[in-house]
Amino acid sequence: MLKQIEGSRAVAEAVALCRPEVICAYPISPQTHIVEALGELVAAGDIGRCEFINVESEFAAMSVAIGASAAGARAYTATASQGLLFMAEALFNAAGLGLPIVMTVANRAIGAPINIWNDHTDSMSQRDCGWIQLFAETNQEALDLHIQAFRLAEELSLPVMVCMDGFILTHAYERVDMPSQAQVDAFLPKFEPRQVLDPAEPVSIGAMVGPEAFTEVRYLAHAKQMQALSLIPAWASEFHYAFGRAAGGLVRPYALEDAQTVIVALGSVLGTVKDAVDEMRANGEKIGVLGISCFRPWPFEAVAHALGGAKRVVVLEKSLAVGVGGIVSTNVRTTLAPRPVPVYDVIAGLGGRPITKASLQKVFADAVRDELNLTTFLDLDAALVERVLENERQVRRSGPLPENVLKERHAVPAR
Amino acid sequence: MPFQPVKYYQTGTFTVGNRLLPPETRSVQANMRRTNSLNSGHRACQGCGEALGARYAIDAAMEATNRQLVAANATGCLEVFSTPYPETSWQIPWIHSLFGNTAAVATGIAAAMKAKGKHETRVIAQGGDGGTTDIGFGCLSGMFERNDDVLYICYDNEAYMNTGVQRSSATPPAARTATTTTGNAFGQGKNVPLIAMAHGIPYVATATIAELHDLEAKVRRAMQFRGARYLHVFVSCPLGWGHASDQSVRMARLAKETGIFPVFEAEHGEVVSVSKIRKRLPVEEYLKPQRRFAHLFSPQKNLEAIARIQAMADRNIKRYRLTDA
Amino acid sequence: MFQVRIHGRGGQGVVTAAEMLSIAAFREGKHAQAFPSFGSERTGAPVVAYCRIDEKEIRLREPVMQPDALIIQDPTLLHQVDVFAGLAPGGTILINTSRSFEQLGLKELIHRFRTCTVPASELALKHVGRPLPNAALLGGFCALSESISLDAVVAAIREKFSGRVAEGNAAAAAAAHQHVAKEIHAEAD
Repeated sequence: MLKQIEGSRAVAEAVALCRPEVICAYPISPQTHIVEALGELVAAGDIGRCEFINVESEFAAMSVAIGASAAGARAYTATASQGLLFMAEALFNAAGLGLPIVMTVANRAIGAPINIWNDHTDSMSQRDCGWIQLFAETNQEALDLHIQAFRLAEELSLPVMVCMDGFILTHAYERVDMPSQAQVDAFLPKFEPRQVLDPAEPVSIGAMVGPEAFTEVRYLAHAKQMQALSLIPAWASEFHYAFGRAAGGLVRPYALEDAQTVIVALGSVLGTVKDAVDEMRANGEKIGVLGISCFRPWPFEAVAHALGGAKRVVVLEKSLAVGVGGIVSTNVRTTLAPRPVPVYDVIAGLGGRPITKASLQKVFADAVRDELNLTTFLDLDAALVERVLENERQVRRSGPLPENVLKERHAVPAR
Repeated sequence: MPFQPVKYYQTGTFTVGNRLLPPETRSVQANMRRTNSLNSGHRACQGCGEALGARYAIDAAMEATNRQLVAANATGCLEVFSTPYPETSWQIPWIHSLFGNTAAVATGIAAAMKAKGKHETRVIAQGGDGGTTDIGFGCLSGMFERNDDVLYICYDNEAYMNTGVQRSSATPPAARTATTTTGNAFGQGKNVPLIAMAHGIPYVATATIAELHDLEAKVRRAMQFRGARYLHVFVSCPLGWGHASDQSVRMARLAKETGIFPVFEAEHGEVVSVSKIRKRLPVEEYLKPQRRFAHLFSPQKNLEAIARIQAMADRNIKRYRLTDA
Repeated sequence: MFQVRIHGRGGQGVVTAAEMLSIAAFREGKHAQAFPSFGSERTGAPVVAYCRIDEKEIRLREPVMQPDALIIQDPTLLHQVDVFAGLAPGGTILINTSRSFEQLGLKELIHRFRTCTVPASELALKHVGRPLPNAALLGGFCALSESISLDAVVAAIREKFSGRVAEGNAAAAAAAHQHVAKEIHAEAD
């Protein structure tokens, strides 16, 4: 049924349709509307037998989900940013224990300095924890991915993170098509755990594993994630057939057929990228887009295949590995290692800075002419940065760096 | 013929034994049909108080719950010695997640059981003092505040034993540990049973491995309640405390008889029963046999420290009315 | 694509206004996207919200920098924030005030843009009992911009609010619509 609702609400309704049994809620911007909506739905009795637990921290949220999932219940929680970090230990634990928890991450920057706006630092910081990471381009895809996520998680016995841009998607009202309960039930079967805490058949879960077997256990975790590489596209197809629209999958190509320059990106920015690219195409530019829907496991083959004809690649990402550069670009460069194709890294949108079509068109045009640095910080105020650094060179007690940046920023007359 | 009641007491570490008691008052452990939930073959140290306490507690819980029990266990001695790769000595469904989240994991299990309508399956969370009073404190309080249907059992051996005897917030003043080599400071302490009572939860109790019938009875009592329950069990650690491994039960008895460890029960925040000291002893009797307190006696006696510890014991005796004096 | 930017202060329902506008467009079978300029939520602080309306799927996610229409919920912002930035020539400006554009010191805008004022706060106070002007302003906006119908706006109001508040807001919207329609007619003559 078509609805015009907030992204958070759409996700909450989709999760409710998946018949969760235990939902853990701890508030953090910008995910709060999701757990609030779920709380309302549980209180209204709209979700069958579901326990909604207000926990005392994100660490508790993931831990309660761990206990619930291990006891055979379909468990869900949501978080962002600092909250994701606070549960980091539990993330690794859930993945290592093979518990099919589904969690929404409303992507948000990580402090210090504190910043509540969108970028991908949070999910990226946990890219190695063993969770499957899916990225939604629109609110429709966000709700659709949750339905796929539960099935994927339970089939593989691996937890799945559905990433959606905080505020940009979570707080945007747009049209979504909400499936019916029957449609979801047909796609998502009842949870049949591979392991469960059951007095009738006692097992010990979470024992120590020594040097003799740890490598094999970790290899299997890796191998299981790799299984997702075939399951995800297969079930995305199944989803498409059952629900009548494309959602998920490993990658989403756009205008790639004869593209010489390909823009690679994740999440909601793909919309703006496509608008920018369409205009450039209209001017004769052979440029296309590759959306990455599944970031972990990294779809090497799918990406290599999609970029097979590209003369140059521009990775547009909302993430930064301090001391290295881009994160997504590193994955792309590894994928394209056999081919000597320039991969430009454009780091944009950090801490919620809007990514405009105009800025993108300019940087894409520079890329097309190969007049771009290998790593670019989009819309960086280089002069400001230099002033701050100069201040540090001159003065020992130079003060907190972020505050100095803010001071410099506001010293410039407003444009 | 006049009826004269006879009371049996445990003295030393040799007990009167269950065979002189009527069957219904014998311990669960005395029963051939006990579940052996913490089965033999685990790797606990000789004389481990925690292994003793856990064995009694869990078997009693199994009996009280008609064998419908799930346990979540914190990282620590109990978890490590009970599940040495590739073995497990647990005969119940058991999960070890992390060090600080056991109460939360148990909350999750209880929620799952509720969602699935499995009302008869009961949940225990268990951990040492480190995992309970320090790193697990936030999750513990959260579980109390929500009144989740979990019995949390803390086996308190007063330090992070598994990692090599480092100080925890449960380490008593003056005790030597690897991180308090000249003796722990006289700090504020952290009285978790009282904190549990401050949450007003249905049932809080303390127990020791010197009174195992009492421990079993308290587990049984705890299982009669629904909601958050907390049991704090004083368990000796020969290795960490520096006493002979056949003195574990005696150390626990001395802790009670000196007033250092009050044994009581509370319901909804009010003390409802107290296990009185049978024959009061000065704290020195408790401190002397433990090498972790050796520096209080040699090269010379630290009268001030001993007096302060005595004062703490006196305060407990007065506060909980542990003697009839 | 039709782009609207709504300016106001925290607590005045700016974000709700954008959402209602998007719901109204949805009810007319259009695609619509509404989102706030995401800031810390503080009562009284300047707030901006955006709404895009189109016949096809809207992919663009940047803030609305070249609005076709502006709704200004709080005139105290006029000389504090550059509310008119990027407004397309011939674009629409609706200001919540009982004063005129001349009185607000905005005389030069009158001939460059399609302008109107409406005392939405007063209308809201009258019909709803609280000076929350957002719903009323949308009613006025329908009349001024003709990109959306009053019926759709009223339906959106009833979706967002309930009971007496919904009816009050709907009445205020209708009253504002009438007011603006009259103003435009007067201008035309």
